[in-house]
Amino acid sequence: MKTRSLARPMLVLVALLSVQCLSAARSEAARVKEFDRSGKLVVVEKTGAEQLPTYNIKNKQPEKIYPVPRPPFSEGVFPCSQCHSYIKPNPKQRVLTDYHEEIVLHHAEGQRWCTDCHNLLNRDKLRLVSGELIDFSESYRLCGQCHGDKFRDWKVGVHGKRTGNWNGDKQYLLCVHCHNPHDPKFKPLKPLSPPERPGSIRH
Amino acid sequence: MSDNSKCDNHVLHKSRRKVLKSLAAGIGLIALPGKEASASVWEEFFQKHFRELSKDELKQVITRLEKKYSQQFGKQVNVKATPPIEGVKYGYGLDLSRCIGCRRCVYACVGENNQSRDPQIHWIRVMQLDKEKGVDLSHAEHYYNPATVPEKGHFYMPVQCQQCEKPPCTKVCPVQATWKENDGIVVVDYNWCIGCRYCMAACPYGARHFNWGKPGLPAKDVNTNTHYLGNRPRPKGVVEKCTFCIQRTREQPGRYPACEEICPVGARKFGNLLDPESEIRYLIENKRVFIFKEELNTQPKFFYFYAT
Repeated sequence: MKTRSLARPMLVLVALLSVQCLSAARSEAARVKEFDRSGKLVVVEKTGAEQLPTYNIKNKQPEKIYPVPRPPFSEGVFPCSQCHSYIKPNPKQRVLTDYHEEIVLHHAEGQRWCTDCHNLLNRDKLRLVSGELIDFSESYRLCGQCHGDKFRDWKVGVHGKRTGNWNGDKQYLLCVHCHNPHDPKFKPLKPLSPPERPGSIRH
Repeated sequence: MSDNSKCDNHVLHKSRRKVLKSLAAGIGLIALPGKEASASVWEEFFQKHFRELSKDELKQVITRLEKKYSQQFGKQVNVKATPPIEGVKYGYGLDLSRCIGCRRCVYACVGENNQSRDPQIHWIRVMQLDKEKGVDLSHAEHYYNPATVPEKGHFYMPVQCQQCEKPPCTKVCPVQATWKENDGIVVVDYNWCIGCRYCMAACPYGARHFNWGKPGLPAKDVNTNTHYLGNRPRPKGVVEKCTFCIQRTREQPGRYPACEEICPVGARKFGNLLDPESEIRYLIENKRVFIFKEELNTQPKFFYFYAT
């Protein structure tokens, strides 16, 4: 009789412990076997969050913040709220006549309107498709929604210009430092002078 | 008349041995620096090969050169001899799908590496090629000068030293004045180069350049951050070449080369080939890579690629 009364709390304890252990295994760092880029099987340390299935959008890792210089705003336009807080938001698609008329959209203009990227109510923020509001300094996330391949290359420093130290701190540029977001094709440049022809070089 | 009397008539009558002796001494004197030459000229004359210099000797050489250049240009010129970094092999990537042929890299290189302005020396040559023909050098044009680039139907291919793993240029040097360093950079010791230009003939990329005249380098344009094996001011009669900006890249932390830093389209990539996380490794593993004149088996560490 006495042993039975002891066995019950023991059972509960064991069950509790096993649940604890299982949940700990899910949330704690672990070593996972994975294939690296060159196809080699490697063991990598992964945090609990990294082990969660990524197809669920809620498990998505927050995007790393990349060090970028100030976005190339036109003189005196930022913060946008200095004017827009006094203007009634008008979501209607129209030709701009009072202000910003210099902006000619040449970026899938048939399918896009200002407020697809600019947030209607808080003009100092950009808006992702998911509804998340982001700063202008994070605009690469906005561009990366469609240009995912370029975004991927940009993050590792293969698309776009990256300066600084090859073995130290690196300075990224935002997409909009090279591409006008409203007309993104890279503009032609004047080439610097060609080399002298051998005949015209004096020694 | 007898032979003896013939000799007697000669004013400068000397024995054969004496003539030969004085001739040898005279030639020797011509070859040696003159009386007015300072001690530094003597030191330079008897300087050992760069790789045979002891630590103290190297220090002396550096001090002598710094003094010489500082006097020559009227400002403090620093000369480094930073050795290669352990575990580093430099690789370069150039995105042919992005380059627009604006030649910003050519002139950034000239400014960084103290090339002669007049007579002109460029370490980078940008070729304009036909999109229809591909990399066909018989259709290459490097004197192109339109109002704006890129021009329709063309693509651009900058060529500079490919820092070959099997460099043909170092093999032919009769005095071993040029060699490949442990980090893969092919360098020239300008104090050892005899100017025979065999290396220029051996290089399939036209990447080596000869100082036919005294380098015209205005004092205001001198980059004072220099490396013994890289961008220090060169004398007349030596060969020079791209060193992946050895004076920048061999530091901790090391800056990107000047051509990489200036490129307005970000077509140029640089990194450590031995680091699996570097951008150069990423592009080799993930992009279409093209090696210039691959059939020659020079094994360049310069990778042209297409990011798109």
